[in-house]
Amino acid sequence: MTKLETSILDILQEDCRIPMEKMAVMTGASLKDVASAIDALEKKKIILRYSPVINWDRTDRERVEAMIEVRVTPQRDMGFDAIAKRIYRFDEVKSVYLMSGSYDLLVLVEARTLKELAAFVSGKLSPLETVTGTATSFVLKRYKEEGVIFENDDTDRRLVISP
Amino acid sequence: MNYDRYLNSRIASVPPSGIRRFFDLAASRKDAISLGVGEPDFRTPYLIRDAAINSLIDGETQYTANRGLLELRREIAFYLSSRYAVSYQPEDEILVTIGASEAIDLALRALVSDGDEVLVPDPSYVSYAPGVIFAGGTPVPVETRQEDSFRLKADTLEKAVTEKTRLLILPYPNNPTGAIMEKSDLEAIAEVIVRHDLLVISDEIYSELVYGGHTHVSFAAIPGMYERTITINGFSKAFAMTGWRVGYACGAPEIIAVMNRIHQYAIMCAPRQGQVAAAAALRLGRENNYESVETMRESYDRRRRLMVDAFRSMGLDCFEPYGAFYVFPSIRRTGMSSEEFCAALLQEKDVAAVPGNAFGASGEGHIRCCYATAVDKINIALERMGDFVNAHS
Repeated sequence: MTKLETSILDILQEDCRIPMEKMAVMTGASLKDVASAIDALEKKKIILRYSPVINWDRTDRERVEAMIEVRVTPQRDMGFDAIAKRIYRFDEVKSVYLMSGSYDLLVLVEARTLKELAAFVSGKLSPLETVTGTATSFVLKRYKEEGVIFENDDTDRRLVISP
Repeated sequence: MNYDRYLNSRIASVPPSGIRRFFDLAASRKDAISLGVGEPDFRTPYLIRDAAINSLIDGETQYTANRGLLELRREIAFYLSSRYAVSYQPEDEILVTIGASEAIDLALRALVSDGDEVLVPDPSYVSYAPGVIFAGGTPVPVETRQEDSFRLKADTLEKAVTEKTRLLILPYPNNPTGAIMEKSDLEAIAEVIVRHDLLVISDEIYSELVYGGHTHVSFAAIPGMYERTITINGFSKAFAMTGWRVGYACGAPEIIAVMNRIHQYAIMCAPRQGQVAAAAALRLGRENNYESVETMRESYDRRRRLMVDAFRSMGLDCFEPYGAFYVFPSIRRTGMSSEEFCAALLQEKDVAAVPGNAFGASGEGHIRCCYATAVDKINIALERMGDFVNAHS
């Protein structure tokens, strides 16, 4: 990673709608260099998507989220990768992580209703032949995501003018 | 009742800060975007806050030594020697104060006698000249100019020296101009200092905020200047700790002892939790190579470039500031004075900036804009200012 690439990631992480011209000014690089650095970051799959952090709780969309701890039997030569792949292909699954500790995979699942989510666990996840056990915990409230605090009191407490 | 005969006339003669008047004006406009702040927009990193919280939980609520916690003075000694190659003894050459502000006041009170002249680069931070007057001295402004990138020039300084001159205040990186002094600039100043046998109060509070490939050079690191310099620094700017009020002064044991005499009678000690947090700031910095300072600096630097570029595209004359977090463009082409410009900008566009003349006569024709504010707000403010400058030129 070049210094320019690191700077661009810092800028985009704060606001991914910032025009490339502004990024060029902020980093002191040419527009062309910024464009090719972004290109490189995308090609290297370092930047995967430009998406907002949304607080769904403030919308009227019905939505349930759960974190499911999954215990599996690793497969010869494939380890956990094959089973992880089978799990992440489901549309309901938002994230899958291989974990150290008392279980193997952490699966973040999103559904419209509790019923849908229950159906996913009992009907799709648990029956997979290498899955030996699951423990589902529902998300009750989201406080912070991607470094963004949801109910943050971020009022500027500074004096308007100070010496 | 008329209190005039009770009030100290020397102190009552000093007018309130020119910023105060503008503060009232700006505070009355709730939706204004302020480029008038003089502090970081970061909060103190959590690990530093946590150190103070734990200290309270552990019941550390007592006075500390007058000179400050030894642990903190040791961290300061290590910090200054590793970052700026100046070494001070924690036992008798470092004094922890309530912000760099107290350190400046103590230094002036310890070193200025009635009638002494103190050289103060102009424009500069608003407290120096009043501090000199409070101490019984006479502040002598030394003009700095945009064509010199607001650096203090040896020949201008030389001309301001009289037989009454005792002291120079050297505030770089500079508030409000954002100017820095490079090693060669400081060496030229050092010659004048030696020739006229002067001492220097070097206020280096913005030492960590230097950009564009430049590095901060401590005045005490210039050959021959160690014994003539009181180095002042603090935690407000580098570690986003303005409200904690912790700073320090370093210098010859004889001078620090006299400063400490005022401090021990007037103050006792800086608040303990501030000192604990400050020690944590330096310890964490030492352990992670000042990672949080570096992150903040990079973020400021991007906003600095953004602001300078915008002022130049508006057609304003704007020298590139390599220090602090201020840009100091000239607004002369609008034909307005600094105060007229800032008042009208606030009135018409809801953007607050500080008139340059609040920092001294040489600041007239300029405005101080702080870029320690979120990028989206800076962008809106700059757009509005662009419209404003267009409409008024």
